[in-house]
Amino acid sequence: MTIGQALRNPSFAAGLAITLAVAATALLSFAWTPYDASAMDIAAKLQAPSAVHWLGTDHFGRDILSMIMVGSRNSIAVALVAVGIGAGLGIPLGLAAAARGGWLDETLMRLNDLVFAFPALLSAIMITAIFGPGVFNAIVAIGIFNIPVFARVARGAALSLLRREFILAARAAGKSRSRIAVEHVLPNIANLLIVQATIQFSLGILAEAGLSYLGLGSQPPMPSWGRMLFEAQTMIGFAPHMALFPGLAIVVTVLGLNLLGDGLRDVLDPRLQEQR
Amino acid sequence: MALLEIERLSVSIGATSILRDVDMTLDRGMVHALVGESGSGKTMTALALMQLLPHGAAMNGHIRLAGKDIATASESEMCRLRGAEIGMVFQEPMTALNPVKTIGEQVAEGIRWHTGASRAEAEEQARAMLDRVGLPPARFPLDRYPHQLSGGQRQRVVIAIACALKPRLLIADEPTTALDVILQAQILDLLKSLVAENDMGLLLISHDLAVVADMADRITILRRGEVVESGETVRVLSAPADPYTRRFTQASLHMPDRPAPKAASGTPLLSVGNLTREYPGSRIELFSRAVPTRAVDNVSFEMAEGQSIALVGRSGCGKSTLARMVLALDRPTSGEIRLDGQRIDNLPDDDALRQARQKMQIVFQDPYGSFDPRQKAETLVAEPLHLLDRKPTPVERRERVATVLERVGLSPDDMDKYPHQFSGGQRQRLAIARAIITGPKLVVADEPVSALDVSIRARILDLFADLTGKLGLAWLFITHDLNVARAMAEHVIVMDEGRIVEQGRTDDVLQNPQSEAARALVAASPDLRLILSGKLREQG
Amino acid sequence: MLSYLLKRLAIGLVTLFVASLVVFAVLEVVPGDPARLMLGMGASEDAIAALRDQMGLNQPLALRYLSWAGHMLIGDFGRSYTYGVPVRELIAERIAVSLPLAVMALLLSMAVAIPVGLFSAARRGRASDMAVMGVTQLGVAIPNFWFALLLVYVFAVTLRLVPAGGFPGWSAGPGPAFQALILPALALALPQAAILARVTRSALIETLSEDYIRTARAKGLTRSAVLYRHALRNAMIPVLTILGLQFAFLLAGTIIIENVFYLPGLGRLVFQAITQRDLIVVEGLVMLLVATIILVNLVVDLLYAAVDPRLRSPR
Repeated sequence: MTIGQALRNPSFAAGLAITLAVAATALLSFAWTPYDASAMDIAAKLQAPSAVHWLGTDHFGRDILSMIMVGSRNSIAVALVAVGIGAGLGIPLGLAAAARGGWLDETLMRLNDLVFAFPALLSAIMITAIFGPGVFNAIVAIGIFNIPVFARVARGAALSLLRREFILAARAAGKSRSRIAVEHVLPNIANLLIVQATIQFSLGILAEAGLSYLGLGSQPPMPSWGRMLFEAQTMIGFAPHMALFPGLAIVVTVLGLNLLGDGLRDVLDPRLQEQR
Repeated sequence: MALLEIERLSVSIGATSILRDVDMTLDRGMVHALVGESGSGKTMTALALMQLLPHGAAMNGHIRLAGKDIATASESEMCRLRGAEIGMVFQEPMTALNPVKTIGEQVAEGIRWHTGASRAEAEEQARAMLDRVGLPPARFPLDRYPHQLSGGQRQRVVIAIACALKPRLLIADEPTTALDVILQAQILDLLKSLVAENDMGLLLISHDLAVVADMADRITILRRGEVVESGETVRVLSAPADPYTRRFTQASLHMPDRPAPKAASGTPLLSVGNLTREYPGSRIELFSRAVPTRAVDNVSFEMAEGQSIALVGRSGCGKSTLARMVLALDRPTSGEIRLDGQRIDNLPDDDALRQARQKMQIVFQDPYGSFDPRQKAETLVAEPLHLLDRKPTPVERRERVATVLERVGLSPDDMDKYPHQFSGGQRQRLAIARAIITGPKLVVADEPVSALDVSIRARILDLFADLTGKLGLAWLFITHDLNVARAMAEHVIVMDEGRIVEQGRTDDVLQNPQSEAARALVAASPDLRLILSGKLREQG
Repeated sequence: MLSYLLKRLAIGLVTLFVASLVVFAVLEVVPGDPARLMLGMGASEDAIAALRDQMGLNQPLALRYLSWAGHMLIGDFGRSYTYGVPVRELIAERIAVSLPLAVMALLLSMAVAIPVGLFSAARRGRASDMAVMGVTQLGVAIPNFWFALLLVYVFAVTLRLVPAGGFPGWSAGPGPAFQALILPALALALPQAAILARVTRSALIETLSEDYIRTARAKGLTRSAVLYRHALRNAMIPVLTILGLQFAFLLAGTIIIENVFYLPGLGRLVFQAITQRDLIVVEGLVMLLVATIILVNLVVDLLYAAVDPRLRSPR
């Protein structure tokens, strides 16, 4: 399948476009923002959107567009590292559980149950209670929660694959279990894992926003979408734009990733591919 | 008036034409077979009759049920006909029943839906129907769930659902393809007696000419959506008018030319002694002890170099477990396996096992599932070269793959294709190429032709015979199909419930079976040649 | 049946035990000296020593765990350092807000999602299905606390239909209390409902392609009869899985939402406890939430068995 054929899938095309635009904005923020994102200008505080400040200003007179642009780095970085932790640890664990079975499988599945009993927010609360608040909490808490997600997906997909006859053929050809896992299993479940990664990425963005809203994520002066919403809360009566735009930034980013994931699922589906 | 008249029936999905101008007539109390290879449009014809065609299918022509055209009937009219006037039985009994509803509910549901009977009345009728299809109340109360029944029992439930309201027309789409021969014979008998009892018309869809010859009064042969030939079954099959029908019947009767077996001498190639494989049983209650089940029970046999042996038996008799142990893919609980005099059942995963694996390979049943869909033919066929002491260079590898591809009747150019670019028959050739690339002495073939259409199957059987002569290979065929055993093996081993119950020369065992299990197997296996000669004699 | 139940129960208890070890390790062992941590930098050595004594920190680790877990089992979560009252009393007071909120949100989410899923699955591929799925796609992307802010802006600030926050307490009667909880419940429920509706729809569509659906159609059942009588119950199995997972997210969500609406629930309590470094309260609350999640998963396992006879009886 070529990229041209893939782009005919509307979900995939829209998702890819939005995701690339968000990534480009984050990159652009390193080189240029309309204003310095942390520069206060009390004289210009709480301005509604205008030609000067496209998305208005906050209660310290900071430019909201600039803050959103800089804040995107934080969201993307946290979610990306958390996906990396989840995939890097979860996929090998899931594959090992599927290939070995027995006590290893049982232990890993019970560990899964355990981690699922600690939603990211609870882990973040515990970490914060000990080490104090910081962006590290968000990464670790979300990353830990991602591990069993990837482990489950990898294990489930690998189990159904391991029942196929070509795995037996590979064993009859003398291939070891770990070699079969790398040569036959991983390439065949890669599609599913990529789709899962986009889903976890979008959930990571949402979770990071929630944590920094509660003050458990990144700390001032680094702008973050979640904390912008927290600061907007008390001013909702007279400056609703302060709440509107950071929220829209989250929605657009998450929507883009979800559309991309849905599109990828269809585009990479081998059943649909064979018909082409 | 005919019960069912199909006139110029055409079906297409999008731009693809599925059926073209199909004509057919079926009378009351008659069995009419619709026969063809995969993709011929048999199932689509059945779905068109039920008006359950897949989304986006367009249909033309007339379908008259007792004179009334139902091709143009509305959906609500069809809902009144389905289940009441037309019943249908499907191929796959394991998935045809709703897993969360009892068999009683599922049989009674159609009765209540159509007659408005009370729950108690419907259940009473359902009970009577289940009794009739051979599921007596003592062992099969109405509150059984499908997962508590075997495949054959589930197919009886499906038949009970289809016949509960004594429909005028019963459609059976490959009703026994998923079952072993013994169950096949039972289910076919049941269908035959239900047709006679209720004066129904049965439209039997099948790819198996032996089954059809035994069951059907009339036959229609489909090829690529068109009727090739139609008429009285014995006449059509014994004296086909159309060249395709002729090829079809010949392929069904095909016996490859096998080279005469050489006299065995010296150490046997394979010797299996007192082999047993137990699986831990599942505990029924928490504190009861698990009773292990014996999949293979104290089995011994020997195989000489270049010999072909068929291992036959019902599904679940332990033949596939035995094959896996022979290939060192599964470990026996006790007993021993020797290949060329060397024990292979207890080898650790090391060099010794690698050496042994060079001498034995496998061909699977499913030509679709036996290849990694993401690898090219070259990589797939070359996979066992991994076993060699000296890894071949990429050039040598391509040469070896090219050689075996030619040997199995494919072209070296096929090396760069992916599995889905091959047809089913070609894929089975690819599987054989993979099996012989290391120059093994023994190849185990697990139901190697049962997923293939008859014409392709005949050619693959020829290939097996050819390779036996040229390479001096020994074959262990695992099959439930006695025709394959007859065609391919000089020696046959019959297994039942994990044990070998009989073995000997193929002709001796199959013509004069001694054990109960072998007799049942032979009696249940339809043999096209015998059935046709018998019927011709009857008709004089 | 019994062995399935006992196995699930045993797994739940083991998970709870290991979870308690994790909480104990993280909050009692890792910090080094919890007493010093709680009292902060400027505390005198005497005060720290007194608190250490009061917290039983001078005993061996295993003994400390046993006494900690043992007390927790009989509902004794210790005494809050900042409030000076038993943690159990704090929890009892606050749970009267959080539990009704979580239950309302869960019911609301199911009440919206399952009909929407059925509606869409029955009309799959048509314009109405596409429209509904577009809305749910958007719903999945909306963070619940932002949705809460929008609700506050529209219904409390602009329309003045309900209070923007705070909680009058149950003593004033259920009317005002429910009024205070309705926006928080909506904010929690609707994003979850979007996910649940999508799962319900895809589970139904998957089920509708099963062979037994064709068997039911061949009996003469209409499309909608097949959907309700055969597909729905089979589709409940994946839906239950998601519901179980969602309950954990709902509980976590209440922590955020209570902060948006200034509701005096468990979420506010744990949040305040963190800022005041009241580790005993954090510990008790985390254990309570973890135990609830494990309990809900156990209930989901039981519901599986109710839906699927294959889990109830061996072959």
